[in-house]
Amino acid sequence: MTDFLDPLPWLIVLPLAWGTLAFVLGPGRGGRLAVAAIALQGALALQLAGQLIDSGARVYAVGGWGASLGIDLMADGLAVVMLLLTQAVALPLAVYARGYFAASPKGRELFWPLTGFLLAALNALFLSADLFNIYVTLELLGLAAVGLVAIAGGTQPVTAAMRYLLATLLGSGAWLLGVALIYGTYGSVSLAVLTPLIHSGAPLAVPLAAALMLAGLLLKTALFPFHFWLPPAHGGAPAPVSALLSALVIKATFYLALRLWLELFLPLTTVAAAQLLGALGAAAILWGSVLALMQSRLKMLVAYSTVAQVGYLFLLFPLATQVPPAAAESALAGGVMQAVAHGLAKAAMFAAAGSMIVATGRDDIGHLGGVGVRLPLTLFSFGLAGVTLMGLPPSGGFSAKWLLLGSALETGQWWWVVVMIVGGLLTAAYVFKVLRRAFLPRAAGDRVARVPRTLEFSAFALALASILLGLFGAPLLELLAVGRAA
Amino acid sequence: MSDPWLPAMVVLSSLLPGLIIFFLAETRIRLRTTLNLTGALVKLGFIGVMLWGVQNGREYVFRHTVLPGIDLVLHADALALLFVTLSAVLWLFTTLYAIGYLEGAPNRSRFFGFFSLCVTATVGVAMAGNLFTFFLFYELLTLATYPLVVHRGTDKALRAGRIYLAYTLGGGALLLIGTVWLYGLAGQVDFIQGGSLSALPPEAAGQLQLIFLLLIAGLGVKAALVPLHGWLPMAMVAPAPVSALLHAVAVVKAGAFGIVRVVYEVYGIEFAQSLALLLPLAIAASITIIWGSLRALFQDDLKKRLAYSTVSQVAYIVLGVSLFGPIGTIGGLVHLVHQGIMKITLFFCAGNYAETLGIHKVSEMDGVGRRMPWTTLAFSLGALGMIGVPPLAGFASKWYLGAGALEAGMPWALAVLAASSLLNAAYFLPILHRAWFKPANDAWPDEKIPQRGRWETAPLLLIPPLATAVATLATGLFAGAAFSPLSWVELIAVREYLAWIP
Amino acid sequence: MSAALLYALTGAALFAIGLAGLLLQPHLLRKILAFNILGSGVFLILVGLGQRDGTIDPVPQAMVLTGIVVAIAATALALALARQLLDLTGQMRLPEDRSDAEPVDD
Repeated sequence: MTDFLDPLPWLIVLPLAWGTLAFVLGPGRGGRLAVAAIALQGALALQLAGQLIDSGARVYAVGGWGASLGIDLMADGLAVVMLLLTQAVALPLAVYARGYFAASPKGRELFWPLTGFLLAALNALFLSADLFNIYVTLELLGLAAVGLVAIAGGTQPVTAAMRYLLATLLGSGAWLLGVALIYGTYGSVSLAVLTPLIHSGAPLAVPLAAALMLAGLLLKTALFPFHFWLPPAHGGAPAPVSALLSALVIKATFYLALRLWLELFLPLTTVAAAQLLGALGAAAILWGSVLALMQSRLKMLVAYSTVAQVGYLFLLFPLATQVPPAAAESALAGGVMQAVAHGLAKAAMFAAAGSMIVATGRDDIGHLGGVGVRLPLTLFSFGLAGVTLMGLPPSGGFSAKWLLLGSALETGQWWWVVVMIVGGLLTAAYVFKVLRRAFLPRAAGDRVARVPRTLEFSAFALALASILLGLFGAPLLELLAVGRAA
Repeated sequence: MSDPWLPAMVVLSSLLPGLIIFFLAETRIRLRTTLNLTGALVKLGFIGVMLWGVQNGREYVFRHTVLPGIDLVLHADALALLFVTLSAVLWLFTTLYAIGYLEGAPNRSRFFGFFSLCVTATVGVAMAGNLFTFFLFYELLTLATYPLVVHRGTDKALRAGRIYLAYTLGGGALLLIGTVWLYGLAGQVDFIQGGSLSALPPEAAGQLQLIFLLLIAGLGVKAALVPLHGWLPMAMVAPAPVSALLHAVAVVKAGAFGIVRVVYEVYGIEFAQSLALLLPLAIAASITIIWGSLRALFQDDLKKRLAYSTVSQVAYIVLGVSLFGPIGTIGGLVHLVHQGIMKITLFFCAGNYAETLGIHKVSEMDGVGRRMPWTTLAFSLGALGMIGVPPLAGFASKWYLGAGALEAGMPWALAVLAASSLLNAAYFLPILHRAWFKPANDAWPDEKIPQRGRWETAPLLLIPPLATAVATLATGLFAGAAFSPLSWVELIAVREYLAWIP
Repeated sequence: MSAALLYALTGAALFAIGLAGLLLQPHLLRKILAFNILGSGVFLILVGLGQRDGTIDPVPQAMVLTGIVVAIAATALALALARQLLDLTGQMRLPEDRSDAEPVDD
């Protein structure tokens, strides 16, 4: 009976169940059910984190079948950190979405079921222990995300969804081809079985598979130059959807890239490939920030900011490849901290942007005047999220930047220091572009309505979390270290 | 309440009221004022307790681990309390002044919210126990002051705000690189008397010099060292209380105070001397002193003249720090306090002239001494103090700085001080002459507050400058008394140098 | 040349054809068909390489079955979106990427 109470399977079953139920119940009751269920998922994720801290990483055999025939679930520190992030972002966003869809109901019928499937896919992906299972979760994640982009209808969102769908299908196609090559070589798809088998002298099919899988993930993570699909998809969807996608969905594929690089394909990694990934990240930071600065629509600005922030995640690869273990651990901690901080802050930022758009009735930075007076808490949340993205203290973004800078200086890779500093200043430029406008008095002819309190407070909760992460991030790093060879 | 919480309470006593004030409706004036003043008084109470304790050899340290190997440390030592007390006392006066100054203006909740955050950041800077904590509050200060600079929302204010951000965030980035590099090299460097870096192997000397350059450049932006001073005169577009407290005291002092910490308590004065870092710093400070004074001479805008004067005067502190020897240290540190009191008086008065009569320019000040005698008296005390006329506060600073220069074997610094004093006289005395001795023009530019009986302007505008002017006189006259800035600084200098004098 | 390799090479060729179609064909139906060809190529490789010494390995067969289900779901979603796009724009192709300049829809 203890098995029945294990949090691992429930983290996947629960969202699937409430997603399906929400389809039947409709958006009103479905939304309430979702909020309650996500809170429960959060408690389960915390319970799991406690188990890990106490007794280390763990494996769960679904239905008791065991690997090769059955499906294994695996939870180590990295996976549980991502699980915690997912539930922590999803709960305030669910509260937010209830208020948001009450104010602008387009697409509310399909939001809750698709979000349930999206969260189930995310949780399953983080817990998957084999490559094929990951493929299935990747596809479920992609289809749910594409569906969410399209729920509001309209030419721009549907076009964006179509483009996103083609990109994500191509990405998972590449992943599956890689899985086929791996299975053909080793006769297994289990991460635990494969990891000791792969070594630097592996047959050509293996590095080819690694390259294909990684390329598929980069496409899905929207790393420069594969970012073309992201801004229209994230900028065109309803605000709660944009927030879910920017905060969580691209993190899932980043998480996989990290696992492949640091664990499965570690013997195959080279400094040159790592530097290439870092260079793409640097290009993303600069290009995304400059384009963000040029946007006149608020949500497009935030979406391009995501393109830029994804770049920071990939700086971790050159900083963790073939360097002293201490520097590599610090880089990993910095990269994961960045993923978590960005997840919280970007969700807050999209949520705040959504409130401003609801209030002003238009998505235009030039007409934000008066927002500071009418929606001070929302603007404050946007500002706090901006502080995290800029990497200013005290915030999770700052802790991440500190760790990454430290590891760059320690390994003598000063060029990444320059990239991070310039990126931070560019981020400040586009964040203050918004704040400055919102501080101005309302222009004649513009309107700024009030928005429901839940919109303001849920965005603030996310922003505050991204700040507090900077002051209380130590336990998260302790959790991250569980299951990693010291 | 246990000791470690006292420094944290000092920070919270302005943070919490500030956060509450943000969300108060504009019309809740009474509640807002109560919160502001209660915060200021409670803070002073906590500081008083700690002053007593530190005088008697106690230590107050609050420590919280943020990341493995990185702690947030608030440490109330004698040096911290010098700056904390200055900011907290002046915060009280400035809050009173701002309540009068902004009466009836829009967006006051926002203003006072950010104003409280600024003070929070300043006391945090003062009590930071290591470079990480210092950086944290240093950047918070940037973020909290920006909305105050652009408070009026005019194009000019927005432009000034942009430049302000570009300078301060750029400086912050340099400081961050220097700090992270230093942590990588030496681990967590807490501020301790005498510094801790001299234990590093001699091969690190080159890196340490480079790090010093990064740190000083990052701090020099806020301290307005030439050529990093461009933001300060532009930021004068902010409302007068902001110029008075923040740009004359908090922000520039945060930079100068950081330089003090880096030289004395990270590198250690002797080690800095052995790395040949002090002479370049002294030269940079001297250039700033002369350049600021020269530029002040040619400003007709009163606030801009005062701003350039700030550029010049803050560099006195840096000069004092870079003079190798306890007397120079005393001169530099005591000027941190004295300059703050004198300059805030001058800015309060400038604000009074602008608010009462619409006077913004020196050329409009003819005969203002007869219309506003009390304000002009306060202004005169501040100005004469700046020049260094005995027995005002500025005299004590300059005396110790000069003696310190001789002790350190840098007689040329004495020449810098003399030249700067002459320049001070050259840009302040004509103002006093106009105000007291020239006949008034037919009408003031824009008289907003009429004379009411004895009150030449609103009481809340007049009392703070008079109080700080009296302080200018008192800190000079009673420099030898217990708990005076000078005797407190002597206590610091003794502890700072005892650490390495065998 | 072993049978396994033959399957794999054919699969790779199908994958390449599908990839080219997905990237180069502007018509949405062709893109969707191209994705299915690409998928079939991968399935062929999975089954082909999965054979050991002539005996059939059941695991890749199960994977391909799952993969086909997923591909059908993806195709259905793609067709639904394409249909919606046709209703909205009267075209079966993606409009030029002008997302930066586009006005707000609602």
